[in-house]
Amino acid sequence: MWRGSISPLKASFMRRFIARNAPAYAFLTPWLLGFFLLALGPILASLYLSFTRYDMVNAPRWVGLANYEYMFTRDRRFWKALEVTFTYVALAVPARLIMALGVAMLLDKGLRTIGLYRAIFYLPSLLGASIAIAILWRQLFAADGVVNAVLGYFGIQGAAWITNPDTSLYTLVVLAMWQFGSPMLIFLAGLRGIPKDLYEAAEIDGTPKWRQFTRITLPLLAPVIFFNLVLQTIEAFKTFSSAFIISNGTGAPADSLLFYTVYLFNEAFKFFRMGYASALAWVLLIIIAIFTAISFLTSKYWVHYENERD
Amino acid sequence: MAGLTLRNVGKRYGALSIIQGLNLDIHDGEFLVLVGPSGCGKSTLLRMIAGLEDISEGTVAIGNKIVNDLPASKRELSMVFQSYALYPHMSVAKNLAFGLQNFKMPKAEVDRRVAEAARILQIEKLMDRKPRQLSGGQKQRVAIGRAIVREPKLFLFDEPLSNLDAELRVQMRAELASLYTRLGTTMIYVTHDQVEAMTMASRIVVLRGGKIEQVGTPQELYEKPQNLFVAGFIGSPKINMLKAKVSNNEAVVDGLPAFALPVLGTTDQELTLCIRPGSVRIGSGKVTAGGTIKLVEYLGNETLMHVTLSSGQVLLVSDSGKVSYRIGDSVTIGFDPFDLHYFNAAGQRIEPTENEGRIQ
Repeated sequence: MWRGSISPLKASFMRRFIARNAPAYAFLTPWLLGFFLLALGPILASLYLSFTRYDMVNAPRWVGLANYEYMFTRDRRFWKALEVTFTYVALAVPARLIMALGVAMLLDKGLRTIGLYRAIFYLPSLLGASIAIAILWRQLFAADGVVNAVLGYFGIQGAAWITNPDTSLYTLVVLAMWQFGSPMLIFLAGLRGIPKDLYEAAEIDGTPKWRQFTRITLPLLAPVIFFNLVLQTIEAFKTFSSAFIISNGTGAPADSLLFYTVYLFNEAFKFFRMGYASALAWVLLIIIAIFTAISFLTSKYWVHYENERD
Repeated sequence: MAGLTLRNVGKRYGALSIIQGLNLDIHDGEFLVLVGPSGCGKSTLLRMIAGLEDISEGTVAIGNKIVNDLPASKRELSMVFQSYALYPHMSVAKNLAFGLQNFKMPKAEVDRRVAEAARILQIEKLMDRKPRQLSGGQKQRVAIGRAIVREPKLFLFDEPLSNLDAELRVQMRAELASLYTRLGTTMIYVTHDQVEAMTMASRIVVLRGGKIEQVGTPQELYEKPQNLFVAGFIGSPKINMLKAKVSNNEAVVDGLPAFALPVLGTTDQELTLCIRPGSVRIGSGKVTAGGTIKLVEYLGNETLMHVTLSSGQVLLVSDSGKVSYRIGDSVTIGFDPFDLHYFNAAGQRIEPTENEGRIQ
């Protein structure tokens, strides 16, 4: 008898809890189903698979830490993928954030048609997620592409930007920079939140514009910069579609576009090394987690929150 | 220190004109208060002097130098904002020092001035705090301190006390007045509160609709308001206004017996007569009339009574706190026509050429 083991008080509490919250859980069910079946389930499955050898035909075979051991000790393409991805993150994130902040500051000057400009400047980011833009990018920077045609007018012999391993990655950095829309909107909102009085007071006190930027704008924008930095870093680590399209899905030329996710995709769906791909995915997750943790830990030294309690 | 000269100053935003043809001389070392109702252009005028707004027409000169095209930073003035405009991420000490560091001032001099301002404003204990850790009054002091350290030729205040509660406002008012006495620097102060204007100003400028209604000392404005607007705006409780018809040199006011007018030198048949509540008495006077008490406001040192005349017009009567009347009581009110202010049909003050002898 379960009633014997649980006190009447506890039983009535549970009944009340269920009665009160049942409708909430009923409404949450679709989301919870999706979360458990489509997100948490596969995540845990991939953790298990990362300790196995699995080719999607035969049952997974437990291999312990072999996948991880191979990755860190013998897999040179893994290290190459890390190098490409880290280089990209280190260049693309600052480039995009600086571009975004610059445009946001121009728009913040109070143009009459600001709504229109905001939409226009956001457009590349909407398109950016699509495959079409990556294909367009390949055309632009191809040896006989638009970029070289324009350079040709000025008598400059353009390189084969995409097929040259020395420059291919930078075309993607430029693409990332061009897709500054969403951080720009967030910066714009942040800039709008800084009281105009502060700049007027600074102006009367003879503060040069650059000092106003470094001593007022940047510190007061720090929470927004931090937010954008974390978000954009995570996004940059996960870059896939543009690299996949431009490198024809291989990471070519000479693995110069072998982004981590492209390598992972190839291991999983080209060579059907699902166990190894799962291990790669978990390592990426840990790398992102470490970077995010570092950002948060260092943030207290440079991020000032206006409504912070002391 | 410097005086200011405003010549034909105007401000327009497109077709909308905020200030028109304004002329004003601000003397070196005076405490000038710009006062007026919302939208009268007082803050805009202050911002034009500061260099935060373009001057659409006319010239503004500080000392002898026209500053129309001089950026705010070159005008050698300090401004205190209604919102305080303290830098939220900087400590009080850094807020005070920030403006000085722009001029590459030696650190010892910066420290000296900051310490001096902190001492004057008694904020020495707050130097390491951030603005969010300060009360409204403390923020206000820091904002004033930031203006003082610059040692400017001219201080501008844009409604600096309106975010404070009533008690603190009275206290800060006194502190600002003593600060002015101490520094002796020209100050231009914007407020919508005529009590602030009356208590602090050397001279008051009353603005309405972008035009000057009157410039004068608080006493001049109170005792000789030049028009009905100033009469109604300055003074608390508000002045009583009575519409009068002129007939055989007598004023005919509904609810009052006709009484003789002094020689006014006007042919207007309709005048407005104004009298301060303090000049109306309960019980006696050269001109008396019956009325009913509609409302009694006991203020301690005075009691304000709203008395309804037989015409329905309500007169404010201020009396010493000792009287005890109740709502509904019938009373006789009285006043001496000598205390009346006369305004012609256009609302302009007319001064009697002969003030005595006509009323027996």
